[in-house]
Amino acid sequence: MDTYTALRHFADSWAVLGLLIFFGGVVLWVFRPGSREIYKDSANMIFRNESKPKDD
Amino acid sequence: MLDGIKIAALGVMTFLFAMAANYGQEFVYQVHAVLLMLASAAAFIWAVRSTGSPKVAAAAPVEKGYMDEVVRYGVIATAFWGVVGFSAGTYIAWELAFPHLNWDLPWTSFGRLRPLHTSAVIFAFGGNALIATSFYVVQRTCATRLWGGNLAWFVFWGYNLFIVLAATGYVLGSTQSKEYAEPEWYVDLWLTIVWVAYLAIYLGTLVKRKEPHIYVANWFFLSFIVTVAMLHVVNNIAIPTSIWSSQSVILFPGVQGAMVQWWYGHNAVGFFLTAGFLGMMYYFVPKQAERPVYSYKLSIIHFWALIFLYIWAGPHHLHYTALPDWAQVLGMVFSVILWMPSWGGMINGLMTLQGAWDKLRTDPILRMLVVSVGFYGMSTFEGPMMAVRAVNSLSHYTDWTIGHVHSGALGWNGMITFGALYYLVPRLWHRERLYSITLVSWHFWLATIGIVLYASSMWVSGIMQGLMWREVDAQGFLVNSFADTVAAMHPMYVVRATGGILYLTGGIIMAYNLFKTAVGAGESTAPATTVAAE
Amino acid sequence: MSLLKKHAYIERNAFLLLILSFLVVTVGGIVQIVPLFYLDNVIEDVDGMRPYSPLELAGRNIYVREGCYVCHSQMIRPMRDENERYGHYSLAAESKYDHPFQWGSKRTGPDLARVGGRYSDAWHVAHMHNPRDVVPESVMPGYPFLAERPISSTYIAQMMKTHRAAGVPYTDEMIEQARADFQAQADPDNGDVDALLARYPKAQARYFDGNTAQVTELDAVIAYLQMLGTLVDFSTFEPEASR
Repeated sequence: MDTYTALRHFADSWAVLGLLIFFGGVVLWVFRPGSREIYKDSANMIFRNESKPKDD
Repeated sequence: MLDGIKIAALGVMTFLFAMAANYGQEFVYQVHAVLLMLASAAAFIWAVRSTGSPKVAAAAPVEKGYMDEVVRYGVIATAFWGVVGFSAGTYIAWELAFPHLNWDLPWTSFGRLRPLHTSAVIFAFGGNALIATSFYVVQRTCATRLWGGNLAWFVFWGYNLFIVLAATGYVLGSTQSKEYAEPEWYVDLWLTIVWVAYLAIYLGTLVKRKEPHIYVANWFFLSFIVTVAMLHVVNNIAIPTSIWSSQSVILFPGVQGAMVQWWYGHNAVGFFLTAGFLGMMYYFVPKQAERPVYSYKLSIIHFWALIFLYIWAGPHHLHYTALPDWAQVLGMVFSVILWMPSWGGMINGLMTLQGAWDKLRTDPILRMLVVSVGFYGMSTFEGPMMAVRAVNSLSHYTDWTIGHVHSGALGWNGMITFGALYYLVPRLWHRERLYSITLVSWHFWLATIGIVLYASSMWVSGIMQGLMWREVDAQGFLVNSFADTVAAMHPMYVVRATGGILYLTGGIIMAYNLFKTAVGAGESTAPATTVAAE
Repeated sequence: MSLLKKHAYIERNAFLLLILSFLVVTVGGIVQIVPLFYLDNVIEDVDGMRPYSPLELAGRNIYVREGCYVCHSQMIRPMRDENERYGHYSLAAESKYDHPFQWGSKRTGPDLARVGGRYSDAWHVAHMHNPRDVVPESVMPGYPFLAERPISSTYIAQMMKTHRAAGVPYTDEMIEQARADFQAQADPDNGDVDALLARYPKAQARYFDGNTAQVTELDAVIAYLQMLGTLVDFSTFEPEASR
């Protein structure tokens, strides 16, 4: 039980904070400077290589 | 050498299955042993025939181009199982309206046919759609052929063998009574092997890709494959009573078992029917609209938020049960938060049409895809609402849940699969267009009206029954007996089953249209040059 | 900035993507499932609970085989109308020998957690033969074939051993006497009912389907239904303060 209570306290304090920071990090990373070009390229990937592999 | 081992192994397997058929303790086990014996004998004969002389010629140069033959098979299987699954569903809907249709026989009773229906639509129709589209998408977005050669064929045939084993098992009474995970231990083991092969192909293809980035659809497909593997293995941990028996005992009892089951059950929805199908959305909606996804950044946030949050939502299936309250509250809170990434994804899908909304007027395929995303949005609003404990106390155990599931399954999963099939068939069979766009319109309207009838009748019947159960009179006595509530639902059951007929009719029209397209009926010119043999 | 570069690496590396997404999806399951194996109010002992007798277990297997859980729940929620209609709310301990649980998710028919003793055996026989003979509004399928199928206890000990391996406290004696107990419960005139009751308190032994000539699947199903919810005596039950 004690382990459980300790883990429980950890989960609803530091663990929640850590996960929130991770999520915030993902969001910030996505909006990092210079990402626009990379994502534009990625989003248009589906319009390339329609009928055969790249090096065939 | 390797061929020799393969042939020997298949021969031994055939022999062992013959033995199993002899020693089997139940009829269903014997039927399955014979089925497996025939399957391994077929594989044995195939292996013997393909070994030998033409080996040298066949070794190197055919591995060119995309591996589309297996995708074509997957498309056929999807359409076939779709019609089977919709038929089973429609039939059991009529059974609930007119119980005489159970015929007092074990094989046709609701209790056995309902798992047949759910497995046929989720795993046979949905699963084949996911395997086929993921193989198609991963090759195009990685600009490379599938990794693993014939392993893809193993996945296709192996997965469909799993479906046949599961379906025959249900009808003959083999089940472990875990919803959406009913197949018995040996069928589960077989699926595990197939699924690992699927994961290997997927990862292998991603590793040898020719594009620098991994397209976001593949993120969703990959997380779907790996999460389903985890869920399937943990949820199905069972001890067989004997290797000659189809029966097993699930390891986790009571409360723990319930939590594991709904952790699995909810994430079968979250990863099989959502993450995987979102992979389809992120490819086919932009392709059919001919413009890139609205916001690639949003899609990444969508991905991480969705996969993290979904896994927590399972306990909302167990509100007010003997599951501890803290787990129920966790499930409720995460379910409500889940609304946000779900709608992020929906907005991303819909806004992809920005500047191309006019195409909805002329393109019924795009209309299908967009309506499916609309239903996704509707279901992912309704779901969090039903996960709130106060609402759930009314909705749980009633048809409201059934209506909710079907607005998601028929609207979101069904419609996006139809759109993907209409997109794929002309391309895979090298036709210039579909056989009939008019029939696509018919399909669209039949399916849409069918869903509306289904969902609205289930809302009425579910809420009505929930309210009737809890109604008390001035003296504090219950007003309605349980049988009263059953009688009150009859008209709604008829409406629901009628909606099912409309949806099934649409599915049959689609199968016909796809067949005519594939064989080249109605082509203006001579059929396009046939594919080089692969 | 090095962190940002590492993130860009994730987008490019398939294995890393696989491992990270796997880690992300495991958190929820671990937090929700693991504590259930040692929290007191989930694994509490309640007086009266015992493993299923061989005949009841066989009946339960038929209940599972026919997919009864698809339409019947066995989980009474702590709400006024449910307690009026079905009885005391279900305890976690009441399903602790259920592998797997039969809580269900839909009530096309009523909850069965405490159906034991609510109807007579004759009612169940008639109901299974054709539900509409006793409940005209019912939409339940008929199961007339259950009464015609003899049931054998050949594999029941094997089934109990497997349950023991999964944690159900069947003793060696219970497993050795499985076939005798099976027979005694369904054919009490020719069996040692006292021994059965010593091993399985509150077990009910009689000709459940009214047919004294043979033991049928219907015997087993009714034996199972008639014991559901009867083990815990709620006139003396005190809920733990922790709940």
